[in-house]
Amino acid sequence: MATTDINASGLRQDERMERLKLFGLASPALLLVLVILVIPVGWLFYVSFVGADGSFSLENYERMIERKSYARIFQTTFEVSILTTGLCILIGYPLAYFMSQLPQRLANLCLLAVLLPFWTSLLVRTYAWLVLLQKQGLVNNWAISLGLWDEPLKMVHNLNGTLIGMVHIMLPFLILPTYGAMKAIDRDYLKAASNLGASPRRAFWTVFFPLSTPGLFAGSLMVFVLCLGFFVTPAILGGGRVILVSMKIVSNIELFVNWGAASALGVVLLAMTIVVLWVASRFLNLDQMTGGGH
Amino acid sequence: MLTWLKSPASETQVTHGQRLWLYVLAIIIMILLVAPTLIVVPMSFSDSQYLEFPPETWSTRWYSHYLNSDEWMLATRTSFMAAFLTMLVATPMGVLAAYGLHASKVPFIRAAFVMLITPMMVPVVLIAVGAFYAYVKLQILYTMTGLVLAHSLLAIPLVLIVTGSALKSYDMNQEMAARSLGAARWKAFLTITLPQIRFAVVTSALLSFLASFDEVVIAMFISGGDNPTLTRSMFNALRDQIDPTIAAISTIMILVTTLMMALAQIFGRGKEG
Repeated sequence: MATTDINASGLRQDERMERLKLFGLASPALLLVLVILVIPVGWLFYVSFVGADGSFSLENYERMIERKSYARIFQTTFEVSILTTGLCILIGYPLAYFMSQLPQRLANLCLLAVLLPFWTSLLVRTYAWLVLLQKQGLVNNWAISLGLWDEPLKMVHNLNGTLIGMVHIMLPFLILPTYGAMKAIDRDYLKAASNLGASPRRAFWTVFFPLSTPGLFAGSLMVFVLCLGFFVTPAILGGGRVILVSMKIVSNIELFVNWGAASALGVVLLAMTIVVLWVASRFLNLDQMTGGGH
Repeated sequence: MLTWLKSPASETQVTHGQRLWLYVLAIIIMILLVAPTLIVVPMSFSDSQYLEFPPETWSTRWYSHYLNSDEWMLATRTSFMAAFLTMLVATPMGVLAAYGLHASKVPFIRAAFVMLITPMMVPVVLIAVGAFYAYVKLQILYTMTGLVLAHSLLAIPLVLIVTGSALKSYDMNQEMAARSLGAARWKAFLTITLPQIRFAVVTSALLSFLASFDEVVIAMFISGGDNPTLTRSMFNALRDQIDPTIAAISTIMILVTTLMMALAQIFGRGKEG
């Protein structure tokens, strides 16, 4: 009896050791995240509470509240994010629905149309829009020759250009999870609804649409979060007229070398992101969000 | 055609004709998704200073301008080197982490998983600024080492998710069987597990390559000097003017991406067969 007890506890200890050793395999990756992400961001958090004179102060945050320019930046960031998300839903949902109705082989082909831009460098796509939307660009030239408008429209280096570019870049993030959720819907429910006398429209809105919302919701949140911190596309297509939080962070460091102001903005941006993701995790499985796109 | 239009298209007996608007809309959206990027390719062969489509006269002058520019060549070398090294660093790190988290049943794996995918959640501007600060302290600013480490940070969540999901559908008992027959754990992993998840590992590697190759914001901050990346140089050039050379470079980048995606498709398909 005593020997088996000793053996059992020995085995348990061995097992615990083995588990820890296995966990240790993740340590290089964890160390990398710690050194290059967690510690530096922690330091930024600290710096955001240091004033110009080097002592603890809230001046970096007070400035954000007091100055009108900051309020405008936050307002622009939210406006652009909400508009982009809304447009992505309006454009992406019908396409996802269309794909979900196709036979698998055709659907895969259409999926390629979503994945191709998804994997193309966002810098290349932003550049493409810059070329297409400029004054002498393709869109203006074609529209004028078709008689849609007479004078070249200013479609880039402003809010419109930013929105066009951002919607184009964000669409796959919305379409992929929405399409995934639609594919998982059991089609017999729709048959049942029809059988019970629902019109096609009613069957769609009361059966199909509610069942597709988890994917739509996950995709929308993803788009919204990505928009909040977006830099490249608004920086190029906005032409300095659309200033988002991320751009202010960059200019605070590159132009003004003001780490305190940049850090405080960064902390607020991170906080907003965490709140959105936290709200999302209340409603959704986080794994679904991270893995949903692939 | 007419009979097709009248045939039912869905479970609720909507006919194809009634949904024609949806088909037209979807096709327009798909064209809008794909065309803007692809239109850069013919434009890059235009002889004109102002990117034309369709080009009136064709030429490869922007390509020769690109190939003869020392700056662009240096940036291209840096980008390929960084992407290749990121692939070599992030893939083993991520696969080991995915395996470790999958096999070990310690209570804090959930926390470790969340920590490892934070690089995907944190706004990339913040990562860039943080890394910039850290690299000044560590004195690895503008070095290849620093660039590869930061890009690996971004690539690890991708590897973890792709390889992790492959491990979920893999039967770990096979490894147990190998070990009960006397194989050491690492040997069981290398000879039994790894061959069966190899498609996920290759896909992870390709994604890591692209994650680095396409990355802009971090590279803007921590690459430069002797090691500027292609994306950094492109971004700076775009702020000033629309240089047609960028169209040529964009075409090359589209080519690289398409190649990687095609490879991923080929390897991904192997999973089913």
